[in-house]
Amino acid sequence: MADKQNDIVICRCEEVTLGEIREWIAKGYDTFDELKRVLRVGMGPCQGRGCRDIILKEIARMTKKPVTEIPPGTFRPPAKPIKLGVLARGGDGK
Amino acid sequence: MTWKNTANAVIIGGGVQGCSIAYNLAKMGMKDVVVIEKDTISSGSTGRCGAGIRAQWGTEMNCRFGLACVEKFENLQEELGMDCGLNQSGYLMVAYKDSEFDQLKKSMTLQNSLGINTRVVSYDEAREICPGLSAEDAVGFTFHDRDGHADPFLTTFAYQEAAKKLGVTFHKFTEVTDVKTVSGKVVGVSTSKGDIDAPVVVNAAGGYSQIVAKMGEVDIPNFSELHQIIITEPVEAGVCPPMLMSFTGNYYIQQRPHGSIIGGCSPDGHPEDYDLGNSWDFLEKMSKTFVKLLPRTKGVRVVRQWSGLYNMTPDRQPILCEAENVSGFYLSVGYSGHGFMFGPITGELLAQKIMGQEPWIPIDKLHYKRFETGDLIVEPAVV
Repeated sequence: MADKQNDIVICRCEEVTLGEIREWIAKGYDTFDELKRVLRVGMGPCQGRGCRDIILKEIARMTKKPVTEIPPGTFRPPAKPIKLGVLARGGDGK
Repeated sequence: MTWKNTANAVIIGGGVQGCSIAYNLAKMGMKDVVVIEKDTISSGSTGRCGAGIRAQWGTEMNCRFGLACVEKFENLQEELGMDCGLNQSGYLMVAYKDSEFDQLKKSMTLQNSLGINTRVVSYDEAREICPGLSAEDAVGFTFHDRDGHADPFLTTFAYQEAAKKLGVTFHKFTEVTDVKTVSGKVVGVSTSKGDIDAPVVVNAAGGYSQIVAKMGEVDIPNFSELHQIIITEPVEAGVCPPMLMSFTGNYYIQQRPHGSIIGGCSPDGHPEDYDLGNSWDFLEKMSKTFVKLLPRTKGVRVVRQWSGLYNMTPDRQPILCEAENVSGFYLSVGYSGHGFMFGPITGELLAQKIMGQEPWIPIDKLHYKRFETGDLIVEPAVV
């Protein structure tokens, strides 16, 4: 059962599995931001909307801390991806 | 993690400098090396940087550093046992003014004499190297194919993992509050988790280096400057494989192997800052640069924007030395935007100095005394 769970893709943007996440938490990378840097979880177009909560729960489970004590990680702008061409037109009103 | 209150060396800062110094000290045989990081490893300037690695410099010392770094990165995965995300697609330097192109060619002559095979390329060749490029207004280009970029996170983690295997201890979420000295000698540090006695303390605190220096009664003229970056969603490879860089154009842009394109520029007026904010102005300005230089990116989405600190010195060259009046207190700071690329080599050179060896590339010129004596390093190849 545990082995099967390890194949589940948790971060769909960057195709990262639960097994990989568990491996790095066990190595001491037990914050969302560290896992993001080493595995790219949450760096894709959805910016962690799909995977963040699942990963925070897994960190809490493995480190035996309440999930409220796990830092949620950084949220960066823009809230949604924006096309470069749209941004480049800037404030010219067109 | 258990707390041990003695060590042979305490490294302040878990960026590429601190991790590389710790790894190199342990590799040279030092036991009980401890790295103190106030947040997490590579959470500061290293993890926020543009990731470039180049040998295209304008002084002999920097060319030697740059070439040594390129060679280090070429062998780093093998040495550290972890992929560092190296992508050697070169640096394509773009000149928009004749004087700028003349300077690039002058630097190229120096580089060539030191075994760095930089060459002038035509606009057509530049477009072969960088298929997405549009730069009709440029007057010339130089290119060095062994330059490139690597993954700053993976590189720093690779140093951390290799250092751990050699017995180095890492304390994250631990902040140094004092560097303790007794009659001109460093004796240890105080931190938010407790004290550590140590005869060697290294300041590798990146954007906060001037604050840490002051804790040890050392005054350095460093200041920190906010720089911003954007990154796009991944797109097909081959839009901008090299690092595209221009001093007068004020930009650097590169495409990571997995497809995202990263770009940044220097801020107007070089504001001194510890803030890590993001501005709409930058997002708009950088998007304009992207669309002008790489027109095919206009439909590509920006997914993230962030900022980091350049730790600047008056001549925009690093400080790498032992403190003048505090023996055992070492500094590896003030890289002014080039700390990531130099990390693998400066970490080794400083570790050699700490171990009482002669650094294999001389670092005497990088003492902060130069700011008093006026022997500044004049490097034309900085933004």
